[in-house]
Amino acid sequence: MTPLLEVTNLYKHFDISGGLLDQLQFEGGRIVRKKTTVKAINGVSFDVHPGETLCMVGESGCGKSTVARTVLGLYEPNQGEIRYKGERIDNLPPSKMRAFRAKMQMVFQDPYASLNPRMKVQQILEEPIKIHKAAATSKEIAEKISEVMKDVGVDPHWKNRYPHEFSGGQRQRISIARALMVDPEFVVADEPISALDVSIQAQILNLMMDAQEERNLSYLFITHDLSVVEHIGTRVAVMYLGTLCELSSTRKLFESPRHPYTQALLSAIPRLDEEKPNHIKLKGEVPTPIHLPSGCVFHARCPLANERCKQEIPKLLTIEENLQVACHAVEEQRD
Amino acid sequence: MLLDVKNLEVTFALRSGPVQAIRNISFSLDRGERLGLVGESGAGKSVAGFSILNLISQPGFISGGEIFFEGKNLIKMSEKELNTIRGDRISMIFQDPMMTLNPVLTLGTQMTEIVRTHHKLSKKEARSLAIETLRQVHIPTPEKRIDQYPHELSGGMRQRVVIACALISKPALIIADEPTTALDVTIQAEIMDLLLELCESENMGLILITHDLSVVAQMTDRIAVMYAGKIVEIGKTQQVIRESQHPYTQGLLKALPQKRFIGKRLNQIDGSMPSLLSMPTGCSFHPRCPILDDRCRAERPSLQDCRLEGHQAACFKVEGK
Repeated sequence: MTPLLEVTNLYKHFDISGGLLDQLQFEGGRIVRKKTTVKAINGVSFDVHPGETLCMVGESGCGKSTVARTVLGLYEPNQGEIRYKGERIDNLPPSKMRAFRAKMQMVFQDPYASLNPRMKVQQILEEPIKIHKAAATSKEIAEKISEVMKDVGVDPHWKNRYPHEFSGGQRQRISIARALMVDPEFVVADEPISALDVSIQAQILNLMMDAQEERNLSYLFITHDLSVVEHIGTRVAVMYLGTLCELSSTRKLFESPRHPYTQALLSAIPRLDEEKPNHIKLKGEVPTPIHLPSGCVFHARCPLANERCKQEIPKLLTIEENLQVACHAVEEQRD
Repeated sequence: MLLDVKNLEVTFALRSGPVQAIRNISFSLDRGERLGLVGESGAGKSVAGFSILNLISQPGFISGGEIFFEGKNLIKMSEKELNTIRGDRISMIFQDPMMTLNPVLTLGTQMTEIVRTHHKLSKKEARSLAIETLRQVHIPTPEKRIDQYPHELSGGMRQRVVIACALISKPALIIADEPTTALDVTIQAEIMDLLLELCESENMGLILITHDLSVVAQMTDRIAVMYAGKIVEIGKTQQVIRESQHPYTQGLLKALPQKRFIGKRLNQIDGSMPSLLSMPTGCSFHPRCPILDDRCRAERPSLQDCRLEGHQAACFKVEGK
């Protein structure tokens, strides 16, 4: 099966050094010019199969949102390749990229920020069609709008209202509707439910699962909520400080996490049926992506780390079918 | 009994008319007991927590009820008397540590200010007490950290400092408003550990305000579930989670993804919480309730004892004692 999306060895660094005067530093009696870069993604490779939900999890600052945005071409990668159905899309000019953008849509985290407050729902929903399907008549557009609004559970009679007249859950429905307007194949959802209340989260998750079934969508689902991942993910990619540590099927990951970071992360989820917290304690803090540690980025906090981990960057190795881990300790079967 | 809240009501005088954010709630807390106030946004859980120290800002005010703390009625107290309790006998921990700490003062300045406001201590004594408290919340090298500014610390460290600020005067009660919501899961687990450990070693009471049922499940002895300004269910933590009585609590618990139903549709509660401006008649949950009848539309249920020990629910459908 050819993957829908293939990402190979992706790098994205951001230059945050600012203007010339900010870059100048006094060092060893001389003035030197120094650049500061945030190394947000460092050699990430993964693929998304048709019809699946690939969940990407990690803590804040691990680069999961940057991956999502780079995949859709909102950021330009520094290095690496992104292929959609076998065609390379990371180096396309905007005019050629547009055809792919109609197939790949995005749902953002905050439904209060992602909808233009000065546009009516109808205007919000017709914009993607006007851009991607210029030939559509106004009647077709109106029909499509009421069809999609019904699908996401917003009454089509409300199309002349403004976003502020809707609740958070309703707004997230509208932003999902906007993504569905152009009949995409692939939807990137960046924390689509984390700004919502528990009872509303269930509504939106159900909506997304229904839409996937009806339209055969593939999702790249970015989240920090591991119980949601367990519920909807086909496969899970765990990120730490800009690198992938583990990529495996959801069932395998939750039954027997292999990477020491995944183990700590899973043990930290509070569970309803536990009366006392019981988690693996990690030493230290997450280093900044400005000064990346040498070797494995996790080595300073890892209970299994040794000299090799300090020197050599671990590669994502296939341990068994549907299970890839980037860890020297797992590779050597260290205990 | 440490804290006894009786028939508390909080009203906001809006231009469109008065709006009741807290409608007649009562709960109590023993010394060293931990209570979770749970609910979705707009349920009134934060307002309930803030009203204990009368921290409700205009146009809101406490419009009725009594709050007894160590036998004294906090509502009858003047602002000056209340200030001897705030930050000394009762401390608060807020959600966002970056908003709580003053960015232009060192940790030491902020922490010593708290103790020196309440107690006659020299600067030197206050400083060594601050260092001791920072050590208690597991901050490495507190002698150095005390002269740093908040921006020099990570998010988890900052929340530890906020906890240290709350702890420094050895309060009898801590009110924590979403103390781990702004943090990552691994940091959240550390902060939860720390709070539990301190509550137990210092025999402090804790009111934990949060939307996250799994956090309260691990942290508290009892849970009060709030909906639209009222407590709809209150009881022992594990009892509320395993044998919830109120349809709202049941719905909330079923809406969480569970191991048994992976990949299936989640049980959703349709609709959303009513706005305080347009409260439904009768039970405020009835428009979303799966088991309502005519009585629920007309009459307002109050908290009643149910068949479980120490467990109350506000629902006509719940079996009484």
